Amino acid sequence: MTTTMEPTRSQGPRLGARGWLRWGWRTLTSMRTALILLLLLALASIPGSVFPQRGTDAAAVNEWINANPQVGPWLDRLGMFDVFAAPWFAAVYLLLIVSLIGCIVPRTADFLRTVRKPPPAAPSRLSRMPAYERTPAVPEALDLAEEYLQQRHWRVRRETDAISAEKGYVQEVGNLIFHLCFIFLLLAVAVGGLFGWSAKVIVVEGRGFTGSLTQFDSFRSGRFVDPDRIAPFSVVLEQFTATFQETGQQAGAPRQFEAEALVSERPDAAPTQQEFSVNSPLVLPGVKVFLTGHGYAPEIKVTRPDGTVIFDDAVVFLPRDGNLTSSGVVKVPDVEPGFALTGLFLPTATIDPVMGPVSTFPAARDPQLFLGAFTGDVPTGGNVYKLDTSGLDRVGTKALRPGETWTLPDGTEVEFVGYRDFANLSLAHDPGRWLALVAAALVIVGVSMSLLLQRRRVWVRLVPGVDTVGGTVDVAGLSRSGGGRVHEDVAEIVTVVHNRQRTEDETWHN
Amino acid sequence: MAQLSNTAVYASMLVYALALFAFAASLAARRVPLPSSQKVLVGPAGATATEQQSHDEPGRKSGNIAISLTWLATGLLIVGFVLRGLAAERFPLGNMYEFSLGAAIAVALVYLIAASRTDLRWLGVWVVGAVLLTLGVAVTLLYTESAQLVPALKSWWLVIHVSAAAVSGGAFTLSAGLIVAYLIKQRAEDRGTAGKGLASRLPSAERLDGLAYRTIAFVFPVWTFAVIAGAIWAENAWGRYWGWDPKETWAFITWVIYAGYLHARSTAGWKGRKAAVIGLIGFLAFLINYFGVNLFATGLHSYSGV
Ligand code: HEM
Repeated sequence: MTTTMEPTRSQGPRLGARGWLRWGWRTLTSMRTALILLLLLALASIPGSVFPQRGTDAAAVNEWINANPQVGPWLDRLGMFDVFAAPWFAAVYLLLIVSLIGCIVPRTADFLRTVRKPPPAAPSRLSRMPAYERTPAVPEALDLAEEYLQQRHWRVRRETDAISAEKGYVQEVGNLIFHLCFIFLLLAVAVGGLFGWSAKVIVVEGRGFTGSLTQFDSFRSGRFVDPDRIAPFSVVLEQFTATFQETGQQAGAPRQFEAEALVSERPDAAPTQQEFSVNSPLVLPGVKVFLTGHGYAPEIKVTRPDGTVIFDDAVVFLPRDGNLTSSGVVKVPDVEPGFALTGLFLPTATIDPVMGPVSTFPAARDPQLFLGAFTGDVPTGGNVYKLDTSGLDRVGTKALRPGETWTLPDGTEVEFVGYRDFANLSLAHDPGRWLALVAAALVIVGVSMSLLLQRRRVWVRLVPGVDTVGGTVDVAGLSRSGGGRVHEDVAEIVTVVHNRQRTEDETWHN
Repeated sequence: MAQLSNTAVYASMLVYALALFAFAASLAARRVPLPSSQKVLVGPAGATATEQQSHDEPGRKSGNIAISLTWLATGLLIVGFVLRGLAAERFPLGNMYEFSLGAAIAVALVYLIAASRTDLRWLGVWVVGAVLLTLGVAVTLLYTESAQLVPALKSWWLVIHVSAAAVSGGAFTLSAGLIVAYLIKQRAEDRGTAGKGLASRLPSAERLDGLAYRTIAFVFPVWTFAVIAGAIWAENAWGRYWGWDPKETWAFITWVIYAGYLHARSTAGWKGRKAAVIGLIGFLAFLINYFGVNLFATGLHSYSGV
């Protein structure tokens, strides 16, 4: 079987263009090439786990490059931070796919041809087969063997002095299904990549968002996605609840995150109340909304001495550690002079002698807000979670509990009104996932059929010239997929055609 | 309850240690008759029969004692595993410690079931050694208090995905032992020293190669299933079924290398030793995925609990 797929080595001295093409195609579709490509694919994936990848963590990539200014840019040029989108990675798997197609198409054709034909005639020298026995037999040995094999669904070819039988076509079917569906699986991944999109959004309790680009914090989409036509839904996060392990070695480990939302699938549809949590996403037409994380958004109000409120909002503070020590900034550039705050929100506050203010538990047992106030030329735009304080004047620092107010030297009042939860949501639309699921299921079925069944042939032939009471037969078997089942088949046939009850001992010491 | 679980695990380790001695004694006493004629059937049942010809074969008795001890130890380990689950009121596969217990049970059970069909006493030293090593690492380095799960792990997919991975881990370990034995024996056969030393205590290279193949042929679909179940779960929890997170990447690498092994076994020029080496590299990839990625890489799969 496999040898038919090997390129024949007996090429003439002059090949010509067509000859080279043929040779190239044969080499590409040979088992040896497939094997080498598989090993190359494994090798090519390794850097993807060694270096941070843009697709998963772009910030880590920039950090890595900054930390290693010598090699970083070079590795970047080689695609080491985007391995699975790099041209050399694509080259390996595209060659593999071509090789795979070039392999299974002729194999399928070959298979369809052999299925319709009876098994080939018995070879002349059965004794050369990997499983072989010569045994005295009853006169009607061939009939018995034929009946036995047919009962067990072998495909049998009967000749005057011999029987050939084959079993395990299903194994080959499985192998073909497996290889074919593997291609479909890759196809499904491609469909998802080209026609799918994903987005991330942070929503503070009580607020919502709609399915449009301006509402998302980040957005990735395939080449064929129209960003103006995402999905017309709207979601309002009504409540978010997080519970944590209270005691023990794992105190502080998250135990349950739950969100309640008011959802409208279309602008004109009546909103419905829905709950979702980690591992059980919100399912909207064409989109799934996943809960992936959470944090706190302290509500801060800033009032000028003349009574004008220049800021009053819940601000998302990004968690820095498992106990939700969170940091964030407030920027008010459009007042004179510009005003800004940097802050640390600690749900359970302590002052660590080394690390300074940190949180020791993720739930709000003793929430405190540590603020630094600045005035000056506050930069507009840029990262909303960071403040470049280099050109600003520091006014002071202060720790506040909910409800407390800090009055700055110029009379400005900063009030820590309270805090709310926020949820990290990710949205995904992948039109290829059903194809992927079906293909993956068939991959499993196919590979199981292929590896757990065994394709094998057996032969029984009368031996002329050897005279015992009944007769003598040769029984032989060949496994085409490298398993040991065929030895048992031969032993069973021997029992069937034998002219007397065999003892256990004889079975093995023939 | 968690305490009882620990006691059961320690007790099982003690019994495994005894089994290890018994296996070692059996191996030391054993001597496989060199095949006198190639006509002897080499099928699975056939080989058993040739090796069991003489009922007073040396090392037989200690081998049987070792097998019984291994059953006992595995029973204790299962008790420890179940108690752990009862203590936490959930399926006990939520962190690396528990996963190690599960994988150790899987190695032992796969081995014991295989050994009940054909004579595998000579492999016991490797298997019980691997189990003891796994448990040793688990109780010293990976131990975590019994607790509930983080929200990301609260899913039936955890049970399905991780059980399949644990069974795969068990069978990969077994296959690696068989491959090493094959390489030793093949070398000895090539040099004509198969009758001496350790090699004389191992079955024929052909049989070892066949056993290794069958183990991998069994585990490959299971591993395929484990990876796909993981992908389905990821789709359900994170919104994408494949994201090349380090754990996913190494699961893929492991899968591809074992696919390479299966191909190599039916490719002219790659059969035998080269295929065997690919099989060992596959096991290495599995180990990297299990220990390396869990402990050193940061990704969505950081659940080791250590
Ligand atoms: C895309 C990558 C591929 C993967 C993951 C893969 C995987 C596998 C696996 C797991 C098997 C084992 C099933 C068995 O032994 O029956 C197998 C068998 C086989 N593969 Fe592939 N394969 C790939 C590509 C190819 C290519 C490109 C070819 C053609 C040259 C090929 C030809 C075969 C053949 C002929 C067998 C049957 C071997 C036998 O009869 O024992 N495969 N493949």
